[in-house]
This record gives sequence, C-alpha cells and structure tokens, in this order.
Amino acid sequence: MSVLLRVRDLAVAYGHIEAVKGLTFHLNTGEITALVGANGAGKSTTLLALSGLLKPARGKIEFDGEDITALPAHQIVKRGVVQVAEGRAILTTLTVAENLVLGAYTRTDKAEIAASLDEVYALFPRLKDRADQFAGNLSGGEQQMLAIGRALMAKPKLLLLDEPSMGLAPIMVQEIFRTLVEINRRGLTILLVEQNVRQALKIARHGYVIETGEIVLADSGENLLANPKVEEAYLGG
Amino acid sequence: MLEQQLLNALTLGSVYALFALGFTLVFGVLAVINLSHGAVFMVGSYAALALVTHFDAPLWLAILGAMLISGTIGLLVDVLILKPLRARNAPHLIPMIATIGVGIMLTSAAQGMFGAEVLRFPEETLPAGEFIVGNVHVRALELAIVAIAFILMAVLFTLIKRTQLGRALRAIAESPKAAWLLGINVEGLFHVTSFVAAALGGVAGVLIGLDFNAITPQMGQPILHKGIAVIILGGMGDIRGALIGGLFLGFAEVISKAYLSSQMGDAVAFGLLFLILLVRPSGLFGRKLERKA
Repeated sequence: MSVLLRVRDLAVAYGHIEAVKGLTFHLNTGEITALVGANGAGKSTTLLALSGLLKPARGKIEFDGEDITALPAHQIVKRGVVQVAEGRAILTTLTVAENLVLGAYTRTDKAEIAASLDEVYALFPRLKDRADQFAGNLSGGEQQMLAIGRALMAKPKLLLLDEPSMGLAPIMVQEIFRTLVEINRRGLTILLVEQNVRQALKIARHGYVIETGEIVLADSGENLLANPKVEEAYLGG
Repeated sequence: MLEQQLLNALTLGSVYALFALGFTLVFGVLAVINLSHGAVFMVGSYAALALVTHFDAPLWLAILGAMLISGTIGLLVDVLILKPLRARNAPHLIPMIATIGVGIMLTSAAQGMFGAEVLRFPEETLPAGEFIVGNVHVRALELAIVAIAFILMAVLFTLIKRTQLGRALRAIAESPKAAWLLGINVEGLFHVTSFVAAALGGVAGVLIGLDFNAITPQMGQPILHKGIAVIILGGMGDIRGALIGGLFLGFAEVISKAYLSSQMGDAVAFGLLFLILLVRPSGLFGRKLERKA
C-alpha cells in the first residue's frame, strides 16, 4: 500500500496559541481516511494547513513524494490536493455551471474539462437541471453536491472534505456519504474531517481521533467504532 | 439645444463611467477604497501630454502609453503598499489612508515636474473633424471619447462575464479564501486588477484632458469625489452600477448646468444622488448590506 500524503509533526499556531500541536499521520493511496474529533480539536486548522492557507509553525507535509509544506495554496491545488471547505464555500453570486467550470481553473485541457463536467453532471443530475441558476439559490444539500462536484472538476488526486455533513438533514447526509464512497471506489483518495464521528468511521478504512490539537487514537475505522473510548466520548455511550 | 446637451452629457458620463469602473473594480476585488485613483487619472493625462509634446507621439499611441504608465503606478501601489498591508491583516481604514498619501505624492510630483499652471494639448494633435447631424454639432473628438470609453467598457464586461479570468475575479470578490482553494493565485490577480483599474483611470484622465483641453495637477480631486458618488450610487463593487451611475451623473451634471444654474450644476447632481440613496441605501445594483457578526 503506497502512501499518498505523509504529515510529520505538524504544528499550526494562531498568534501564540498552538491549535495543532504536532500531528503525525499518513493517508494511503485509494483509501478514505477520517480525522474525527470534537469542535475546536484542530481538525479544520489541519486541513487549512494541508491546503496552504495557514503556514505551519513546524513540521512537514509530503504529498506524492514531494515536500509541499511551503507551497502557496494555488500550487497545492495544481498538484492535486483539493479541499471542499467547511460551510461549503460555494460562490453564491456565480451560477452552478460557472462554479463548476471555475473548479477546473488549474487545468487547460479543454476537451478533458468538458468530459469532467459531464461526469459531475452524471454523478449529480440535479446540478445539471440547475446549471444556470445562481448557486446561492440552491438548497443546503445541493450546495454540498456543488462543492464536491466543483472540487472534482480540478481532477484531484486527494480530496479533503471539511465537515460535509454540517447543517444537512440526515437523509441528505446519507446521500452525500454514499456519493463519497462511490467517488472513492473510482479511485480517489479522501481525507474526511467530521464531527459526525459514527458516519465518518463507517465509511473510513482508517481513522484518527484528534483532541485539543493532538492525535489520541489511530486505528482502522472499524476498530475505532468498536472502541469503548470512542463510544463514550463521541457516540453518546 | 437639448440634443447638443445630451451629446455633451453622454461624453462626460461615459468618461465618468470609465473612471468609476476602475474604482469599483478595485473595491470589488481587493476590498480597498483606493483614493489614489483620482491622482492616477491625473497622471494619465500628463503622461499622454508628455508623450505628445516631448516625443511627438500620435494621439492613439499617447493614449496607450498613458494606460501603460498609469497601470504601472497602480501595480506598484498594490505591490509596494497594499500587499504588505494585506500580509499584516491591516483593518480596512489603513489601506484607504495609505492611498490618500499616494494621491498627495503623485499630485505633488506632477506639480514639481510640470508646474501648477493649466497645460493644454497642442491644437494640431486633436482630431479636428466636426460634422452636423440634425441640429447637433458633433466633434470627432467627442465621438472618439465616447467610442473609446464604450469599447473599453465592453471589453471589460465581456472579460468579467465570459472568461475564466472574469469568473476568478468574481470568485475573489465573493471570497478570497474560496478562490485560493480553487487554485486561483489570488495575490497575482490582485496585481492584475490593480494594473487594469489604474489603466482605465489613466485613460479616463486622457479623455477628460482632451475634452476640456485643460490639464492641472489638481484635476484628479473633483473626479475622485464624483467617482465615489458614482460607485455608491451604482452599488459598491458592481460594474454595471459604475456604468449606469457614471452616465447618470454625467447627464445630471450637464442638464442641470444647462437648464437650472451653471454654478449649481454639481450641487443639483449630488443632491439627486443623495435622494436616490435615501430610497436605495445599497445603491442601484448593490446587494443588501448585511451586518456581519
């Protein structure tokens, strides 16, 4: 099993306050890995550092054998690490189609971009129906579909998802997670950050539990679900 | 008589719109109210004049040169002043104050280099033609001004609306963070935007310099105030708003000067703006202002 992303001793600080205190973890190619923990544990901070939006205080991020720790955000996207940010971060003043086309910003291969667009529309037919509407008019679930579809337009090698279930109705959460499994089955490596611990660990091959900026447990998704400590702290006993 | 005034208003209004377009573009993309835009407008005017009088450049070349020079100044302001402020997360007022300083520096520099007196383009460099349509005297110069303004605006509108670059700029306008995550080099596009906006401001300066054939170091000040009024009227950051607002101000100013009072023209024009804002506080095309927690 080859390692796609390797993070060593990653620390991120806001001013003098260290939000992430030396994480070491890795993602295997082709797997879904979950990073779970409570609100404020440092999950989003970790993702922002992986995407280059926050500069680490120390540590090293290696992607596909290359050190990307110091790269600016847009070059990290170009290398294939694409994030679906928290709160969906879709562009409400652009249409659905414009959002998707902009997802391919780092690509220049016109024919292949068109093919990707067809794939995304096949994955999320509802987006095709609403292609010309402003993205701000979509429902919460549709916005999350758009955010994921737009990330796929970048032709990622690694998809980072920050709380895709946030604010969605349970049935929509199910649908989004089913889609993630489907995307992963087609070969995409996924790092899933979630507060919805049960759902995330169900679909993840491996999982890391993070508390106050440190990894406290690392195991297979299955084992973590069965772990009494996880059960007690995150699954409501 | 009315037709003649309408032509004057169209000429003036299209230049106001062009000026306001650069102004609103910077606000929309960089979230900075760039108060050096008026001085950059003045620099454009002097640059064209210098190219025509010292280098015998033809007018079209002088206009291009003026765009390049003023654009470069806009770029330098972004790289040298706004970028370090962004890196330090300076609150909104700081870059605005910094650009006031830039405006004062540019105005003093122009005064030092060219003197404080009114300078004019040599008569033979201006397009001379004039023809009569109905009962309106149309100067070739006015036609050229309106044409240049509208062509540049059409190019910009198309760019913003239809190209990947335009979508990227709109993305930054809505959320720089989301733009970075899409692989957009946000800093790079801040530079591009600053260059383009200043180039538009500079060309507006040339056109006004030609229309009135009067260039002074202080000429950027009144248009800066009008530019602020126009983008507030149109809706901050909205390029359609800059076009409509600019034309509106041009018409209001010319018509009130012609039919109400030549001294009170600006007062009437700004009074109308004030009334419109009472009815629509976020401007003609402005999104409803949201209070962010």
